[in-house]
Amino acid sequence: MRRILLESLVNAPLTENAPSPDDAALAELAADVANTAMRRLGRSLAIRQVDAGSCNGCELEIHALNNPFYDLERFGLHFVASPRHADVLLVTGPITKNMREALIRTWDATPGPKWAIAAGDCAVSGGLFATSYACTPAHETIPISLHIPGCPPTPTALLRGLLALLAQAL
Amino acid sequence: MDILAPLLAEGCAAAAHAPWPRAEIGTEIWQRVTLHLAAGELDLLGLWGEADRMHMAVSAPESREIAVFTLACPDGRFPSVGLSHPPAIRLERTIQDLFGLIPDGAEDARHWLDHGAWGVGTPLGTPGPAPEHAYAFLPVTGENLHEIPVGPVHAGIIEPGHFRFTADGETIIRLEQRLGYVHKGTEGLMIGAPLDHAARLAGRVSGDATVAYASGFARAAEAALGIAPPPRAVHLRAVMAELERIANHIGDFGAICNDASFALMLAHCSVLRERVLRAAHLAFGHRLMMDRVVPGGLTQDITAEGLAAIASLIPAFRARLDQLAGLYDSMASLQERTVTTGFVKHDYVRRFATGGHVGRASGRNFDSRKWPGYAPYDATPFDVPLRTDGDVNARVWIRIEEIRQSLGILGHLLATLPPGPCRTTLPAPTTPVEGMALTESFRGDVLIWLRIAPDLTIERCHARDPSWFQWPLLETCVYGNIIADFPLCNKSFNCSYSGTDL
Repeated sequence: MRRILLESLVNAPLTENAPSPDDAALAELAADVANTAMRRLGRSLAIRQVDAGSCNGCELEIHALNNPFYDLERFGLHFVASPRHADVLLVTGPITKNMREALIRTWDATPGPKWAIAAGDCAVSGGLFATSYACTPAHETIPISLHIPGCPPTPTALLRGLLALLAQAL
Repeated sequence: MDILAPLLAEGCAAAAHAPWPRAEIGTEIWQRVTLHLAAGELDLLGLWGEADRMHMAVSAPESREIAVFTLACPDGRFPSVGLSHPPAIRLERTIQDLFGLIPDGAEDARHWLDHGAWGVGTPLGTPGPAPEHAYAFLPVTGENLHEIPVGPVHAGIIEPGHFRFTADGETIIRLEQRLGYVHKGTEGLMIGAPLDHAARLAGRVSGDATVAYASGFARAAEAALGIAPPPRAVHLRAVMAELERIANHIGDFGAICNDASFALMLAHCSVLRERVLRAAHLAFGHRLMMDRVVPGGLTQDITAEGLAAIASLIPAFRARLDQLAGLYDSMASLQERTVTTGFVKHDYVRRFATGGHVGRASGRNFDSRKWPGYAPYDATPFDVPLRTDGDVNARVWIRIEEIRQSLGILGHLLATLPPGPCRTTLPAPTTPVEGMALTESFRGDVLIWLRIAPDLTIERCHARDPSWFQWPLLETCVYGNIIADFPLCNKSFNCSYSGTDL
């Protein structure tokens, strides 16, 4: 234990430089995010992740944002356990009809100002499941402010999208 | 003594079903198979429906036989298997929801996947009206009991499901799961899909096991079509599968320790996991290696940089793992949480034919890479770690040992990688052909069964996740444990929601 801790002190950090915010995401957000949000939120955003039917691939990459290489919290972005604490819902999956009500209730439980991000091809457009009897489009369920495509989006792609939100919101 | 051969002989053999036989049988034989299951002489591999018939895949571990039995259901009913063999109960409730086939005599007639939200009932059978939204949880009575409903939206970054705890103070008296929230209609979308599109769907039944699913789908399709992929592709599929196994096990090892508030382990394990995913990305162009395995082989060969990255990762990973395993072993406060917590009974893993680390931590020596076995594992030396203590700690150690075995397998595969192409063309069959495969994911054995039409589209494909036979045991293993230890039990299983909700 002592040796592992000591090594961590001596070795250089693994954390990598931040990618630049996604230009497309910046443009998408420009119309959506009011400047007043900045004064309300200070310099941090609390994210509540909601899996609305994902195959769990997106969750794996969202988890990776917390590892020392990406270290999401250095940007003031952190995941919270309740929508009551959240500014942002990070929604994955093709919005299964079985999760639709839970997603709407989670959105309603989130205090404003708030944003919803559709992460991954399924949440963005339904992906492979767009024509299924069991799924429904995300934008018809809750208002979506930002789309991050990818199957699943890489941690870098997720980070670029979140940084764009941060740049606009704060 | 053969159990399945005489039963098969009494049925009508299907013409094109590979590699194991399938027979059309009547109600009487169906019930005899069920009795063998209830007596513990057979293991249930899968139970699935079509619009007008039922299929049941079973194995006889002693005589090493595997077979599929098919029962026509002209009046939309079949004798319940779950009535005498509980592992079939959730599968039957699923079949009733999707196809409208009714298990005669079943005790639990509640819906499973259908929450009354689809706007249609029995979508894959004869579509009918959607059922009521209400769901009756099992009643619990007694003094001092209280209920704790959790989910479907959980506190962490995990999949959705509902857990209904009944507790007496801190002690769990009962857990009832309600799943189905991530039902995407995958098997419905497969019907009529071209083979390559269906392979992409198969790779998203459970994203963390995408390589295992895609490989299983490919192997079932190749068995049906009677072709063999090039040796290099077979080898590289196993390279991907072992990378996937290592990445998941190390991630879960860290997460289990984190659930006991030992965050240091999560940090170090997440670094190791990231290194595996980066090597996978270099080698195959995708961090989770999605859509790389297809019927006939692979979409691309491994890159030279990727090969070097994996080769250099193996010794560094092993050294770090030894250090972290030693750390786990030396932390009494951590083991205080994991030892004797979440004990899974040996009898249950035998009856449920539970695969993966859950079965192997409770004494069930089953790994589909060994039996029925498939290439290249038949020519690859490795051991299947086995324990009998059956608690969270046992499942942690099984995972650590499996990572060590996988690192050895990777080294062997890279050293013996055959040259040549990575893909072969698929012949079009003249009549519908059927195939089946068992593939070992990090969770356990994945069953894929499919029927391919002459135009190379899917007529029916069924994917059975190992979690079907693990989720019910999670319900049983938390009795008498405190609520605060549930996350440890849950993470040590790490069942797939998407894999069973389909």
